[in-house]
Amino acid sequence: MDAKIPPGPLADKWNYYKAHARLVNPANRKKMKVIVVGTGLAGASCAASLAEQGYAVDCFCFQDSSRRAHSVAAQGGVNACKNYKNDGDSVYRMFYDTIKGGDFRSREANVYRLAECSAALIDQAVAQGVPFAREYSGYLDNRSFGGVQVSRTFYARGQTGQQLLLGAYQALMRQVHTGKVALHTRHEMLDLVVVEGKAKGIIVRDLETGKLERYAADAVVLASGGYGKIYYLSTLAMGCNASAIWRAHKKGAYMAGVSWVQVHPTSLPQSGQHQSKLTLMSESLRNDGRIWVPLKAGDTRHPNDIPEPERDYYLERRYPSFGNLAPRDISSRAAKERIDAGHGVGAMKNAVYLDFSKAIGEQGKDKIAEKYGNLFTMYQKITGINAYAQPMLISPAAHFTMGGLWVDYTLMSTIAGLFVLGEANFSDHGANRLGANSLLQACVDGYFVAPYTIPDYLAGELKAEKVTTAHPAFDLAEALAQTKIDELLSIQGDLPADYFHKNLGRLLYDTCGLSRSKEGLERAIREIGELRQEFYRRLKVTGDDKVNTELEKAGRVADYLELGALMCRDALAREESCGAHFREEYQTEDGEAMRNDRDFCYVSAWEWQGADQPHVLHPEPLVFEQVALSTRSYK
Amino acid sequence: MKIHLKIWRQDERDGPGGMVSYTLDDVTEDMSFLEMLDALNGVLIGKGERVIEFDHDCREGICGQCGLMINGRAHGPLPHVTTCQLHMRSFRDGDTIYIEPFRAAAFPVLRDLKIDRSAFDRIIQSGGYIAAGTGSAPEANSILVAHDTAEAAFDAAACIGCGACVATCKNSSAALFVSAKTVHLSLLPQGKLEAPQRVNAMIAQMNAEQFGPCSNTEACEVECPQQISVLHIARMNWAFNKSRLLGRKG
Ligand SMILES: Cc1cc2nc3c(=O)[nH]c(=O)nc-3n(C[C@H](O)[C@H](O)[C@H](O)COP(=O)(O)OP(=O)(O)OC[C@H]3O[C@@H](n4cnc5c(N)ncnc54)[C@H](O)[C@@H]3O)c2cc1C
Ligand code: FES
Repeated sequence: MDAKIPPGPLADKWNYYKAHARLVNPANRKKMKVIVVGTGLAGASCAASLAEQGYAVDCFCFQDSSRRAHSVAAQGGVNACKNYKNDGDSVYRMFYDTIKGGDFRSREANVYRLAECSAALIDQAVAQGVPFAREYSGYLDNRSFGGVQVSRTFYARGQTGQQLLLGAYQALMRQVHTGKVALHTRHEMLDLVVVEGKAKGIIVRDLETGKLERYAADAVVLASGGYGKIYYLSTLAMGCNASAIWRAHKKGAYMAGVSWVQVHPTSLPQSGQHQSKLTLMSESLRNDGRIWVPLKAGDTRHPNDIPEPERDYYLERRYPSFGNLAPRDISSRAAKERIDAGHGVGAMKNAVYLDFSKAIGEQGKDKIAEKYGNLFTMYQKITGINAYAQPMLISPAAHFTMGGLWVDYTLMSTIAGLFVLGEANFSDHGANRLGANSLLQACVDGYFVAPYTIPDYLAGELKAEKVTTAHPAFDLAEALAQTKIDELLSIQGDLPADYFHKNLGRLLYDTCGLSRSKEGLERAIREIGELRQEFYRRLKVTGDDKVNTELEKAGRVADYLELGALMCRDALAREESCGAHFREEYQTEDGEAMRNDRDFCYVSAWEWQGADQPHVLHPEPLVFEQVALSTRSYK
Repeated sequence: MKIHLKIWRQDERDGPGGMVSYTLDDVTEDMSFLEMLDALNGVLIGKGERVIEFDHDCREGICGQCGLMINGRAHGPLPHVTTCQLHMRSFRDGDTIYIEPFRAAAFPVLRDLKIDRSAFDRIIQSGGYIAAGTGSAPEANSILVAHDTAEAAFDAAACIGCGACVATCKNSSAALFVSAKTVHLSLLPQGKLEAPQRVNAMIAQMNAEQFGPCSNTEACEVECPQQISVLHIARMNWAFNKSRLLGRKG
């Protein structure tokens, strides 16, 4: 696996790349077309930036408006090492925090570039009119997020993702207005078209008419977001899916870090069997909220009646130097440990408390309301509980996929001309992502990296023969997509797609979630195989082939069933604990993760071999020139 | 609890439609309204019928994709709550609930409860942005924004584009939606330069779509999930008139 890392010292690599990247003559740019699948932060920023340079762009999303991509739901903030607080931040420190946060399972060069480009993103967003929080002096405000000891998180109340996305959306709308971007909402990508080893187009389904359509281009960008929804109950949106990347995977793009899934420590707990999603309560709450459970297992008293000495602030106890701001993987696992030990609270005994009484006492209710008002309101809307008066109930939930399609330093997958941006790629977060780094990564990929690397690729395609949608590769891909749809519609069994999705989710939470074991993973692989067979026997999709959400769901679940099996294989093959990947067999006596750098200091990239063939593993060794591998400790 | 439902069913854009009755047992209070519809769809699949199509995605009140008229009110009985955040604890055993799509000439129905809100996107395309291309931005702290100005801009920018304001308005006016954007951008120093053209272009596009005029009934603010203030409409009208008086027509 060649990551194509530029030569030179770490701090100069990105400059070196930019200085040597090929350019396309402005007159030629409008003749070059790029397809962008996804209008989240990564897709919208990439599509707008390429159009501004003069390229023709076709852009797709499955929602009814590009402004609704799930980036919109990010609450807490976005990191940048501006060092406005003069608290010792720097590009290097942010780089180091991210590498360490990822448990030394990401590429130095990528992570350095992420930190290096972070400052420019804040500049860009402010110029677009993103209303970040301000000090009374008019300067930008910052707060802290988990896993770091500096204040480098920029935020717009509890709706940072929405505001950043609206900035990118508006930039995209401006380009639609100029005619350089053709926007296709309510379209779902069903397949990638590869011609002579190069990505040259896609097959999409118009979700209103049901018609399959073909689009050809000189390069294809996938910015289709994360696949955490595979767990069914998650903090993701209902439509989030792996289909775009999975179908590209089946066309030859490798998947990497597949089982590295972040389970967020502060989501609302499941409250019943009909539940369709778990709402996140931003991690920023941990700046002022303290997490605890009753010291006595099974204590049923009202939280306000439990006196201080009978509370266990377990994060402060176990990780005194980071306390409530310990990284997500560690906080989630610590919560699970307490819940499993019988200290869980709430009706289903599946939650822990997040308590603001101390902060309200110290700072006043108004200050807390200014910082988190919308989160408290949201909490009340969903649970009916006033969190100013009693602690919130929170619990871990599947949230973010560090894994995704493998990309090299230029964000190109193993298929030439197929670029993968944002959460859809595996790149910068290693085995665990730090809070507020992922909005950043999606934006940096789209605004600052792809606008150099895609033109560099296109420069080499200028003289290539243009592929049109009449090419036989399009006939084949469309016919396959149609066959798949016909198959799903024709099974006519007795169980809806949700049934399979929920069962798959439950199985993955059990065996490939916060903690994994050889025995559990082997069982999961077997059971997912059975579930998949049952799916093709008993699935029932009603309705026609026009607007049909059941058909859409079924297609996504079919892909999830294949991806779920690969997640388990990936987790099984990695015989160590690192970041979010906690193998029960590899832990210290006090329950901390035990990494194995001798045997597993690599990224696992998996190649598809066909439906009934096992995937082939291609390790990409991780070489650390700048940092010394150390045990990650937040004690 | 047992809930009776009367739901708008329509096969296709511009096609005929009508209310159809359903009864759903075993509804629990902690179900969200959309989870109740999921359960109904589960029953319909069991019977081999086409499911009820409705829009939704985030299910946490921020994407703006959901939106139903519930007993004649946009997003249902609670003020400032999206349909996806409404829970069945707001209803009682034996209730009959009427569910219809958001209705407006500018929002054609696609199927059942799904509508086409692309008119909103076209309004933003006409000028709802600050033209700051990638790479052209100055150092962020070189643009000072007073704390209260940033907060006020945020209040306007918080709009989720769900269309409840239009659905509620007896004239199907988009004034609240459009003003939220013009005010958000023109409050900020970065967005002032383009403010006159922006307000002209966006209002022209709003009028070109089939939205009606605003007659200041203020019903929109009551339903808005983000509590966007109708004062923004006054600010927009003022900016619009000022730009025309100064002769800078869009
Ligand atoms: C609740 C929540 C809170 C978060 N909070 C934070 C935070 O505070 N800070 C932070 O840094 N990160 C946060 N994250 C993570 C971060 O928001 C995401 O990782 C990031 O926004 C992903 O952006 P994206 O552009 O890659 O994907 P998305 O924004 O998910 O966009 C995906 C796009 O792809 C399109 N798409 C997908 N599949 C298809 C298909 N098959 N065909 C056509 N189009 C398709 C969708 O329509 C959409 O437009 C949060 C995540 C969640 C879920
Ligand atoms: S589904 Fe996103 S706002 Fe309701």
